[in-house]
Amino acid sequence: MSFIPGQPVTAVVQRIEIRKLRQGEHLILGFSIGGGIDQDPGQNPFSEDKSDKGIYVTRVTPEGPAEVAGLMMGDKVMQVNGWDMTMVTHDQARKRLTKKNEDVVRLLVASLLCNASPFVQTEFAI
Amino acid sequence: MDTESTYSGYSYYSGRSRGSHRHGERSRDHHKSRSKDGSRSEKSVTINAPPAEPLLGDSSVLGEEVQDDNWGETTTAVTGTSEHSLSQEDIVRITKDLEDSVGLDCRRYFSLTLAVVLGLLVFLTPLAFLALPHLLWPDKLLVCGTACEGLFISVAFKLLILLLAVWALFFRAPRAGLPRVFVFRALLAVLVLLFVVSYWLFYGVRILDSQDENYQGIVQYAVSLVDALLFIHYLAIVLLELRQLQPAFSVCVTRSTDGETRHYNLGQLSIQRAALAIMENYYRDFSVHNPALLTASKSRAAKHLAGLKVYNVDGPENNAATGLAHSQSRAMIAAAARRRDTSHNELYYEEAEHERRVRKRKARLVVAVEEAFTHIKRMQEEEQKKASGDVMDPREAAQAIFPSMARSLQKYLRTTRQQHCHSMESIQQHLAFCITNNMTPKAFLESYLTPGPTLQYGRERWLARQWTLVSEVSVTSGLKEGAIFLLKCIDFSLVVTAKRIPYIQLSEEFIDPKSHKFVLRLQSETSV
Repeated sequence: MSFIPGQPVTAVVQRIEIRKLRQGEHLILGFSIGGGIDQDPGQNPFSEDKSDKGIYVTRVTPEGPAEVAGLMMGDKVMQVNGWDMTMVTHDQARKRLTKKNEDVVRLLVASLLCNASPFVQTEFAI
Repeated sequence: MDTESTYSGYSYYSGRSRGSHRHGERSRDHHKSRSKDGSRSEKSVTINAPPAEPLLGDSSVLGEEVQDDNWGETTTAVTGTSEHSLSQEDIVRITKDLEDSVGLDCRRYFSLTLAVVLGLLVFLTPLAFLALPHLLWPDKLLVCGTACEGLFISVAFKLLILLLAVWALFFRAPRAGLPRVFVFRALLAVLVLLFVVSYWLFYGVRILDSQDENYQGIVQYAVSLVDALLFIHYLAIVLLELRQLQPAFSVCVTRSTDGETRHYNLGQLSIQRAALAIMENYYRDFSVHNPALLTASKSRAAKHLAGLKVYNVDGPENNAATGLAHSQSRAMIAAAARRRDTSHNELYYEEAEHERRVRKRKARLVVAVEEAFTHIKRMQEEEQKKASGDVMDPREAAQAIFPSMARSLQKYLRTTRQQHCHSMESIQQHLAFCITNNMTPKAFLESYLTPGPTLQYGRERWLARQWTLVSEVSVTSGLKEGAIFLLKCIDFSLVVTAKRIPYIQLSEEFIDPKSHKFVLRLQSETSV
């Protein structure tokens, strides 16, 4: 999220729990991610700050587990099951999300202001 | 006055305890301020002048006393040399000639005659082997068949090849006189001698005594001798020439007076041969030794010492001589450390001033030379036929334009303290040389603007006969890791340190040319 020093930053942060769906022999979550420290941040359409190398949700399959849990396109994934996702490579992020022994992933995501539901809005000043 | 100035030196210039001492000695400071100025302006007129360098290394041999700088000033009359007396220069010249002619040449001629004798022995031996049976028992000898005569041709050509090879390898003007014998050459000479002697022994016992009739066998024996000599010559090439070509040591050569350093790669050589190789490189690479450039630091050092005098107030104590010297030097060092020294300031400004002056003179010189060069023009062939007016050869042309630049050149050389390296004659010669070869003024000036290697200057600067090799280990032993030796000349010495070149382990990495592939850095998307 963009950051102007001295001004309060408004971010909407929420915890989303997604239950993986078994499809054949894969466990899928139903969304696509983009970004990572090894990627080009200038091409991320969802980030406000074009130097943000975090993991963003680029697509949510309709009727998939992620949409059911409330994940929106353009959300920035900050944590997955407690593991940090703000400073990882793209491949590491994919691995963290697709662990075969985990049925449930608990994400900490930050959303754009207009997308969020009002009762989970948080505002904090830096 | 002197005692007072020393005392004030201690108390006034002590930096640490300055504050505390100030109060107690305020009255003394007033009194001593005059003497402080006196000590600061005290010039180093001390009569502990360094002894003048003797002309040869060993003045005791001459029996002459070391000349004092102030010698001529106190005598009332200086008598010239009469016809019956020799001046010191004559004595120096005579002893130098003696040394040159008797000492080294004796050894050189001795080794030369030895080599010639050995060479003659080697060449005449096969011919003797072939000729002696015909002389001593011609009637008993079997007739020489075709194979035998074919061997004659082979002997002849092999001897010719041996002669050419020996001429190529050994018949060269010796380029240096080394202090000790050249070990490999001596070993080879001994080997050849033993070899030839053993062949003669065999020949004498088995062939001469028994008067063998088989002439073909004798000819084959002679051929085998020549073959073996060619192989010994091959051994000589490998030992003397090839072995030291592969670099094994990296030597660092530093001049002791100004610290100029160069590095060279040498092969496996003995210390004296390494010294010879270094000397040859020295004349090409190091800039010429200019003692005039070192006077500044010497005068600064003299000023440091001249400011302090240490007096022994306890009277002469001969038993504690070394302890006395230690305490004296320690006192001087402590005093020098405490003294507030402004010589760094002077050095800085002096150097800046000198730099400015040199640049100004250089600018004037460049302009003068360029202007001088415009006054002459090369005449073409056709114009020469017409020969109008004053036609000059290069020497005369140089003499014609030299006066216009002489003054600025002389001033520049004086400022950079090079004036003793170049004489008028050499400058005019160089100018004629540059004019003949169509050089630009900048090319002419280059040899005066930067000090070149010693090769560039006249032969009298080479001092080629006065080098001494100083080494802690024997000079015929090989170079080793960490070997240090000195090459001493009269004015300076070269300190040489040898380091072994490390064993280099190269490993290989193969890159498939098809493996150079690139992707655009896009935002990749993965579905999870």
